Order: sequence, then C-alpha cells, then structure tokens
Amino acid sequence: MNGVDFVVLVGTIVGIAIYGTWRTRDTKNLSAYLKGDRKTGWGTIGLSVMATQASAITFLSTPGQAFDSGMAFVQNYFGLPFALIIVAAVFLPLYRKMNVYTAYEFLGLRFDNKTRLLGAGLFLLQRGLAAGITIYAPAIIVSTVLGWSLDLTILLSGIIVIVYTVSGGTKAVNITQKYQMAVILAGMVTAFAVLLARMPTGVSFTEMLHVAGSMGKLGAIDFSLDFDTRYTVWSGIFGGLFLSLSYFGTDQSQVQRYLAGDSVRESRLGLMFNAALKIPMQFFILLLGALVFVFYQFEQPPLYFNETAWRTQTTGENGEALLALEEQHANLHQEKRAEILNWLETKRTNNPTAEAQARASMLDTHERNIELRNRTRDILVTADPNLPMEDSDYVFITFVLNYLPHGIIGLLLAVIFAAALSSTAAELNALGSTTVVDLYSYFRREEITDAQYVLASKGFTLLWGMIAIGFALFANLVENLIEAINILGSIFYGVVLGIFLVAFFLKRIHGTAVFFAAITAQVLVIAMFFTLSISYLWYNFIGCAACVLFSLVIQSGFGFNKKPA
Amino acid sequence: MKETLLDNNPVEESTDPSVPGLSSWRSVYIFIIVLFVLYVALMTAFTVVFS
Repeated sequence: MNGVDFVVLVGTIVGIAIYGTWRTRDTKNLSAYLKGDRKTGWGTIGLSVMATQASAITFLSTPGQAFDSGMAFVQNYFGLPFALIIVAAVFLPLYRKMNVYTAYEFLGLRFDNKTRLLGAGLFLLQRGLAAGITIYAPAIIVSTVLGWSLDLTILLSGIIVIVYTVSGGTKAVNITQKYQMAVILAGMVTAFAVLLARMPTGVSFTEMLHVAGSMGKLGAIDFSLDFDTRYTVWSGIFGGLFLSLSYFGTDQSQVQRYLAGDSVRESRLGLMFNAALKIPMQFFILLLGALVFVFYQFEQPPLYFNETAWRTQTTGENGEALLALEEQHANLHQEKRAEILNWLETKRTNNPTAEAQARASMLDTHERNIELRNRTRDILVTADPNLPMEDSDYVFITFVLNYLPHGIIGLLLAVIFAAALSSTAAELNALGSTTVVDLYSYFRREEITDAQYVLASKGFTLLWGMIAIGFALFANLVENLIEAINILGSIFYGVVLGIFLVAFFLKRIHGTAVFFAAITAQVLVIAMFFTLSISYLWYNFIGCAACVLFSLVIQSGFGFNKKPA
Repeated sequence: MKETLLDNNPVEESTDPSVPGLSSWRSVYIFIIVLFVLYVALMTAFTVVFS
C-alpha cells in the first residue's frame, strides 16, 4: 500500500461520510431523523438494504470460504427471495398502516408493552453484540495485514460512522449507503477484471473453472437431505427463509431502511431489488474466491495466509520445522502447477484415458497439499492456541495487497471499510431508534418535545456506538467471522420471528401467551445450541416453530382471553 | 407509548407497481420466484458441468 492507495482510501471513505453529514445537517424533527422524512426512492432503499446486509466480512470472509471449502455457502441465501416477498406483501403494509417507527412498536400495538419490551430487548442484545463484531472483524484483518494498530483502526472507523449516523440519522445512513454500495460494486467488478487479467496466458476462463471444479471449489448446489451438512438447498430454503424473514421483517436495522420509503411502492420495489439480485451477487463474490484459488494454483501462495502470525511463529521454537514445511510447500506447488497444466493439455487432446490419469495425478498433489497445510496449521495452533485454525479470512486481502495495482488496492480497501461503515451505521441507527422509541419513551413518563426526542435519539446512537467500539476493542477473533454473526442471529431470530408471525396471523392469541411462549422457546433454542450439532440455520425454524406452538398451547391451556391493558 | 411518537399521516396501500410488463404485485412476486428457479437451475448446471 502506498500514498496513492492511501489517498483513494481516505478520500473515498471520509468524502462519503462528510457528504452524508452535510446533506443531512438540517435534520431537526423526529420523523426525519428516524424515518428519513419518508422521501426515499426505491433505488436508494434497494442499495441501502443491500449495504446494511453486506458488511465488510462479506467481502473478506466470503471469497475465503470459496477458496477453502467451495461455493456451497450461496445456498444460505435461497430463502431470501421468498422472505422478501412475504415482508413486502404482509409486514410492510401493516408497518406503514400503523405508522410505527420500529418493528417492536407494532408488537406493543398488537399485544402489550411487555411483549414489545421483550422483542426490543432481544433485538438490542443480539444486534448490540453484532455491531461490535461488525467493527472488529474488518479491523483485525486489515490492521494485521497492513501493520496498523488494531485499536486505532477500530477507533477511527468507529468514530467516522458515529459522526454521520448521530448527526443525520436515518437519512444520512441511507444517503451514505447508496454511495458506499456503488464503491463496493465498482471495487468487486474491478477486482474480478484484474484477477482474470493476471491469470496465466493460454488458460481459458472455462479451463480455470474446470481446475476449480475438479478440486471441489465450484459445488454450489447440494440437494442431499443430510441435516449435518451445513449448506444444502433445503437448509438454505427453509432455514434461510426463517433467518431472512426474521432479519428483514423484524430486525430494526433493516425495517428502518424500507420504512424510509416515499410510498409502499418504493419500499416494495427496494425489497424486490434485493430479492432479484442478492443471490447472483453472493454467487459472484464466491466465484471471485474460487478464481483466487485458481490464481494461486499458478502463483506461489503463502503456506499460511495470516502472514503476520506466520512471521512471528517462524522466529519462535517451531521456526525450523515451519520453514522446512514451507520449502516442501514450494516444491509441491511447482509439482502441482505442472500437473494442472499437463491435465489441461490432455483435456485439449480429447484422450479420455490420458486425461483420467493426468487428473488423478493432479488430485493426488492437491490432496498432499491439503495435508501439508493441515499439518502446518496444527503446529501453528498448538504453539499459539489463540490463533484461528482457518486462515481463509486473510486469503482475499492477501491477494489484493500482493497482486492488484496501486490505486486499485486503495479502492478495494475502501470497499472493505465502506461495507463496514454501511452496516455499522444501520445497526447504530436502529439500536438508537429502538432504545428511544421502545424503552426511553416507555420508561420516561412525562411528555417531552419532538426536539428532545431527537436529542435523546442522538444520545442513544452515540452510546451504542461507544458500546460497539468498546466491545470491538475487547473482542477475540472467532473462527469464521461471517458465520459467527449468522450463528448469533440464528439463536435469537427464530423466536423474534415467531412473536411477529403470531402477531400477524394468529389473531386470537394475546400478549401474555406469546410472551411466555417466547421466553420458553428462547431457553429451548439456547439449550439445543449447546447440546446438538445440527446446522445453525435450523435454529431459525426451531425457535420460530416453538414460539408459535407454545403460544397456541399456552393460549388454549390458560385461556388468556383478553388483551391486557 | 407516548402519542408524540405516533405519526399522523397514514400511508395508503399501493396497488400498482408501475413496472413495465408487470401489472400487479402478484406478477412481480411470481417474476421473482421464476427468477429464483432459473438461478437454481443455472447453478445446478454449473455444479454438474464443473465438478
């Protein structure tokens, strides 16, 4: 990274933040602050919803996932289009009709205050923790590879996002997200183009895909009914449906995005924009990771992608053994490269027998390479138990820093920070709104003015920003960052969704029944999470189904037949 | 819930998506589902061809 990259990075990130702050400097009333004055068009809503979901870890972890274990993760998003249709058709019109600021305000109107507080509390707990990870995740990786101070990276990115989110509220978040998403899309397309241009001459795009596919990196679809397999079409559609329905329908960080729409039409089209484009976008990011894998079949990759950790370990007591493994790895890479080129050559000659033999030899070197990498990781993790076993989060950024031209490196780092800021801004905006609308206004009994509510909203947004920074400063790196957030979400989302489904579809059930049902279902999900080893996506379904079922049982058994005051 | 937080401008339901070729919201939703089926079919073919 040089001066040009630094100018591109800082110019992009700070420029967008300053523009967002300046455009929303006159935001004075509560509706404008929390709903962006309801003047937002579908394009901005669509990009804003997309930017909220696509955090920095999407661009750091996802290509690394494809590099490491293939493209099956795309199935995680298969429930999303169906969820967005349900949100657009059922949730959105009711939220608009009731003119709520938060999704949990709706629960208070439909049930009672304790159910509203429970929904808001579960959201604040889950999203408050996730906001810390959202700041921490890119900071740990970027600071490691660039040699920056981790604490300073967390503080600077946290302060930038706090400034414009506190200053301009929802409108500032939506405006900045539109430009941040434009930077993200431009950066990813540029990375893809540069990656293709850097591939060895004489190897076609189809051949690159055959190389990746033969080594198990392009398996996007799995129709098996195995509950232990983390990503299948079925876990994606059903588990993903509940995860997405809960996220888009009940998570205030998303609800606040589409409630800012100028009309139901604008909000709906913004959601449909995501329903149509999210799966191809994720596929594209995973394909980028698979092609980085192919790139490293022709260029010598590091034996362990977290190079800072590698350098530390090679100067320690295991240094000699690790350097010996590195030499073996370099030799094996040359052998593997030759085997791949030989296999591609036999494919061109249409000799099935020779091709099968060449393929077997190539896959043999691939297996030996995997075994070597695993042995290396075992040594590293034994020496330093705090080191994550997987180095996949470092794959894409290592490629960016080592192989992209200057200027583009700055743009790609801007992509990572833009994604971090856009999702964090939406989270802080939602956390502040929920605290002031669902908790502050409830517990503060005397009337206050609109301006005082705006001031309180700014204060709580600032407070949550500081909590998120504090959490990020004291967090430890988890195995895979994007999965950590999804797992955390899956534990809580199902139950919250269950409460909302009861609210929408089971009109005879009252607040007390759903309140106790939700608490029981949440305890059940947490107990199952610590005792079973099923795919985490299923907890969305289990939590939701348990909440709905328990609500029916408690309502029937105890006969709560009137809405509490 | 304090009254000050309740907005006084109810928003009317949108019936026309005003999307070229799609005259109702139902047709928009069907279009999205058809698109999803197409994505899955293409990705299945992709998996089969390159694995």
